[in-house]
Parts: sequence; structure tokens; C-alpha cells
Amino acid sequence: MFEILSKKALNPTVVRMTISAPLVARKAEPGQFIILRARDNSERIPLTVADYDREAGSVTIIYQIVGAGTMELNTLNEGDCLHDFVGPLGTPTHTDGLKKVCIVGGGVGCAIAYPVAKKLHELGAEVHSVVGFRNKDLVILEDDFRAVSDEMRLMTDDGSYGEKGLVTAALEQLITDGNVYDEVIAIGPLIMMKFVCQVTKKYGVKTIVSMNPVMVDGTGMCGGCRLTVGGETKFACVDGPDFDGHLVDFDEAMARGGMYREFEAHAREAACNLFKKEGEANA
Amino acid sequence: MPNMDPKKTPMPSQEPCIRNHNFDEVALGYTAEMAVNEAKRCLNCKNKPCVSACPVCIDIPGFIQHVANEDFEGAYEVLSRSTSLPAVCGRVCPQESQCEGKCVRGIKGESVGIGRLERFVADWHRQNTCDVIRLPEPNGHKVAVIGAGPSGLTCAGDLAKMGYDVTVYEALHVAGGVLSYGIPEFRLPKSIVASEIEGLKKLGVKIECNIVIGKTLTVDELFDMGFEALFIGSGAGLPRFMGIPGESLKGVYSANEYLTRINLMKAYRPDSTTPIKRSRKVAVVGGGNVAMDAARCAKRLGADEVYIVYRRGMQELPARHEEVEHAQEEGIIFKTLCNPVEVLGDENGNVCGMRCVEMTLGEPDASGRRRPIVKEGSEFVLDVDTMIMSIGTSPNPLIRNTTPGLDTNRHGCIVVEEETGLTSREGVYAGGDAVTGAATVILAMGAGKTAAQAIHEKLSAK
Repeated sequence: MFEILSKKALNPTVVRMTISAPLVARKAEPGQFIILRARDNSERIPLTVADYDREAGSVTIIYQIVGAGTMELNTLNEGDCLHDFVGPLGTPTHTDGLKKVCIVGGGVGCAIAYPVAKKLHELGAEVHSVVGFRNKDLVILEDDFRAVSDEMRLMTDDGSYGEKGLVTAALEQLITDGNVYDEVIAIGPLIMMKFVCQVTKKYGVKTIVSMNPVMVDGTGMCGGCRLTVGGETKFACVDGPDFDGHLVDFDEAMARGGMYREFEAHAREAACNLFKKEGEANA
Repeated sequence: MPNMDPKKTPMPSQEPCIRNHNFDEVALGYTAEMAVNEAKRCLNCKNKPCVSACPVCIDIPGFIQHVANEDFEGAYEVLSRSTSLPAVCGRVCPQESQCEGKCVRGIKGESVGIGRLERFVADWHRQNTCDVIRLPEPNGHKVAVIGAGPSGLTCAGDLAKMGYDVTVYEALHVAGGVLSYGIPEFRLPKSIVASEIEGLKKLGVKIECNIVIGKTLTVDELFDMGFEALFIGSGAGLPRFMGIPGESLKGVYSANEYLTRINLMKAYRPDSTTPIKRSRKVAVVGGGNVAMDAARCAKRLGADEVYIVYRRGMQELPARHEEVEHAQEEGIIFKTLCNPVEVLGDENGNVCGMRCVEMTLGEPDASGRRRPIVKEGSEFVLDVDTMIMSIGTSPNPLIRNTTPGLDTNRHGCIVVEEETGLTSREGVYAGGDAVTGAATVILAMGAGKTAAQAIHEKLSAK
């Protein structure tokens, strides 16, 4: 069974969980993901690996409580077990030979960007990090990023912490300051990755993005995670989730991401009511 | 005296107008009386053409004679000598092109209802017999099976019966492969799949879910873990799309995704947390069993109109005859000689129609079937809000990409010796859709059986 070894809220809606999964921990690399089911009959939730400890046999995930599925996951606590936990899936982020990289993370996407930054730092690359959040309360992993970055910019939309502005502004500043990056690796909301790619395209900097589409099995069977990259149909679960950001059709990916918005809104409301009632009953 | 009725004893089933609103099993199964009556139609002829047409060579007249004599357990014993999953085969095999297609009774009238009898015997056994498992003497050899679908389970079952220590690795959270995620409840109840799998576990087969070979573990690591032989039954792979404009619109599914949401993730149940589109008008593109399953699921989820869009004619539909018949009874509309050329979307990116062309059939092509040709000026728009692509799959890359020395053909299918299932890697065998591309449950089972025998010959000679 996949025991939850620790659970900690990083901000009001983002939680870090470390799970005992020795076989997954043995192989996991930055950029890969796992699929979990909280209980029997739960949804299959794909989540990117946030960290791993091969010796302890544990894998860390960071999730945002956004829908019914993550709400249900969040009802489990330290000592409880997840029903299913499978991985590592997808291809690892390519890090070989990179000497100078700018990592751009947005919101909870920073959870995925961090292990990539950490690995590049360990490999001796010069790592610049640009991380962005809506406001001060939502900032996560600040110290972790600082520890592995040679240069770091922390942005908030409202200026309540760090610099006020978007990650794209900070990235463009770094580039125009004369930093020549082998690659920019951008992980965050689709809209952020789309605009990061517009900036880097202008300066001809190769950009890798991590896509997070709807998927069911995650092993190359359902085809739900398909997206268009350079005019070809690709499957995020086996061909990705990392892709060349300059080739990804972001508008299509954004439209497809909204396919179940209405269903999810209903499910979220139902789950809210259910977990509230359970909470009251337990109180 | 044989029963000389030219027609099969009818199968009791749910009325079409009722069953197309529920997911309960369509065919209800024979009573003992019906089964005996049908069994007596078998002439027990000398040549037994039915047996040679069965991919797993069941002694068909043998089990049927037991049924005729009301010895149902005896019939089950005959079946279980050749098949590990009789309750499944009785329901999903394309009997008309196998055993029943060769039945002597079919020359003047209808063949014996072999599939229906097999199903009856398996169901009778499950409901009436408390299995006394005769555990085989362990022979000390360890074999790993990759994929808990029809081929893998068959291979595992056969090896376990011979005393092998067998572990099956499954990527999903439940065993069964296509029997669990693909074939719908109304055609193959999941309780039956579960009970067949329980039977294998009682034989000592270990099933490890949530392990993706090629990711969590590799083929080479399995050998390092002490397995002496491997069988790869990882199944079909990524769904194919047509490459026409609009396939990324919201409301375009692969049949794999649509069926997985419904069957594996239970999206048809009101309390399910798995979303599925509640469609008004649905077009399923393709003419195989998977297409029929998807169409009938869409109808059951409440769609007003469901079309099968297929580029050849009714005669060429590759689906089982019974599935086509059931689909028609349930009100599925067959638009044959018709091919989509574009999916149309509204301003929000939702499917709002499908542009199609009509086809005619020309000369036979390489597959021996008449080649469909576009009829000039025949373009029209079909009003649909959902499109389900069911035009096949291409093999999954995870194992071939992580197994040095494993040869695959230009399509990506694993290359094997037909008589043994042996791949280009020593000790690695393969079968089922991973080798053939999308085919049937029973062919996969036949391949699992062949490989089990070959593995046994190899390891017992050690």
C-alpha cells in the first residue's frame, strides 16, 4: 500500500504530500508524472513528480485543491494509504549538456519546475529562476528555489511580495540584460507558457514546456491527452509531457482543457457539500 | 434422438427498447432446459470441423454431449481443459466466423449455438459449484506475464496449472485488460471478469496492478528478479485518428477513451466522478466490435441519435454479426459507404457537425475487400455534437523502447515465431494485440496458450 508519510499545506490551497512508493522512487526523474487514486472508485489523477528519495523509497507530490478529485485526496492524512499509485510515467526532462538555463514557474507549476531546477543545479549548470504567483499568500517553495538558483526573480501579480509584474517581463529583462540561455524551461498555466514562448521566440531561445492535459490511463491507451505539436498529433503521456514550446498549439490545448469545466464545477460543489457534512459529523 | 430443429434455441434477452437505456447484460442466458434442448442439435459428427476452427481447440462436441446428458459439471471440465475464460469466450467470441461457421448443421439451417452453450456451462459452474482447487505441484520455475488481458491471463492460467510460479504485471488499477476497460458491462458483466480472475488467483497466479513494464520496471529487470521467461501481452496501443481537420475539437473522442471512461471508470453510474459528455447526436467512425460497443454505450447514455459511419458496406462490417444485429435493434443508425472528411466546430470549439462524403466500392484491394472510392459531389453534413473515432490502434511504444534486442515490424508490432510466440529475445514470448495489432479476445487467448506451451517446453527441458 502507498502510505502517506507526510502532508503539509504550502499555502491555503496547495499541499505537499510524501508517499511511500519504492518502485516509483527508484526510477523517478524530474519532468515525469504519476497517476494516483485516493480511494477505490476515485478518479485517476495525474500529478507531476515534485521530488523523490530513492533511499527512503518515497515520492513527493504537490497538488492544488481545485476539483472534486483533489478535494477527496486532501481528506487523506499522514498514515493513511492511497489506493493506487503508478509511475513514473512520461519521459524525463532532458537536462544533458545544458550549461545555462532559465526556469520559469507559475503558481503550482513551480512544484514541477523545482525538481528540474534542482537537478540542473546538481549537474553544475547555471540556473536562473523566475517564479510567479498571484499574491504573497500563494508563494510556495521560495527557499527551495533560492537554494538551487544562481539568480532568482520572484514576481507577484499584485506586487504584494517580490516584484510586481508577470514572469514574462522578468524573463525578457534577463534576456535583454545579456543572458544567453541554452534553454528556457517553462512550467505553469497554459496561458503563461504561451506568453513565455512568445517572448523566447522573439529572441530565438529554445523553450521547453510541460503540458498537463486531461488523461485517463497515462500509459498510451486512451488518447485523451493528445495535442498538436508542429502540426502533428502527439500524446502527452508517452511522447511528453515536455514539448518544444514554439511548436505547441496552445490555443487548442486551452480549448480542450475546458472540455469538462461544467461537469467539474458540479462535482466540486457536490464534493464541497459532502466533505463539509463529513467534517461536521466528525466535529 | 438429435433435435432436428433447423433454428437455434432462441436466446432470451432484454427487449431492445428497454436495454438501450440501461447497462445490464443484454443476453440473459439459456435455462438448463434450453441448453439441453440446444445441445441435442449437435450431431456429434465424426469430422468435428468446429474444433479445428476454434483458436484454442476446445473439444466442442465433447462438452456439448455432456450438456445433452445434463452433466453440466462434466461439460465444464471439458471446457476448462482448453480455455481459462469460458464465461468470457461464450460471450465475446466471433463464433460465426469460427466454430459455428464450420458447424455441419449450418449447411441447412442454423449452426448449433456453441457460444451460447459455452456461456451456459461456464455460468452454471460459477453459480453451482464450489471450486475445489487442485493446486498443482510447484515446479520451481518463475515466469512473469506482462499485461492482465486475455492473452496474459490465458498464458498465466495455463502455466499455473502446470506448476509454474506466475506473476502478472498490470499497468492499470484493475486486471482484465480490454475485458475491463473496453468491452461494456452490457456485453460482458465485470462481475464475470472478476470471478474468472479470482479463479486464476486461486490457482496461485499473483497479479500486481499499477506496474507499467517499460516504466516502473523493465524487461531486463524482470530477468534480474529471477524470472526465467516472460510473456508480453501488453495489448493494443495508441488510438488512431484520421488526420482530418477538427479532430482536436471538444467532443471528439477515441473509442478507447470513451469506453475507458464508461467501463473502467464507471462514468455511466450516476455517482461516478469521471466526466463523460452527455451527447445529443453521436457519430461513431468505424465498423468493428469496438465501434458497436461505443455506439451502444452512447445510446445508453441518452443520445437521441447514434450513427455508425463506415466507409464500406454492411457486408464488409468487421464486427461480430450479433453485435451489428443488437445495435440495429437498439436503434443505432448505420451510415455505411460514408466517410468523414472534416469535423466542424462552433465558436466555442465544440463539435457541431461532421462533413462526410459518400463512397462506392471498387475493385478488391490488398486485403481482399473491395476498395471504397469517393463519389464525386456527394458531400453532406451530418448533424452531430460528438464524434468517436474507432478506426484501430497503433502499438504501445513503452516496452519496445526499453527492451534492447526486441524486434518489431514497421508498424511497431512485436515480431514472433508463429508456432511458439518467441520474440527475438531469448526467453521473451509475446502474443495478442501487441503482436497482431487490434484483433479479437479469442485470438489473443490462443496466442497466450501457444506461448505457455512453448515456455513449458523450454523451461522443463532445463
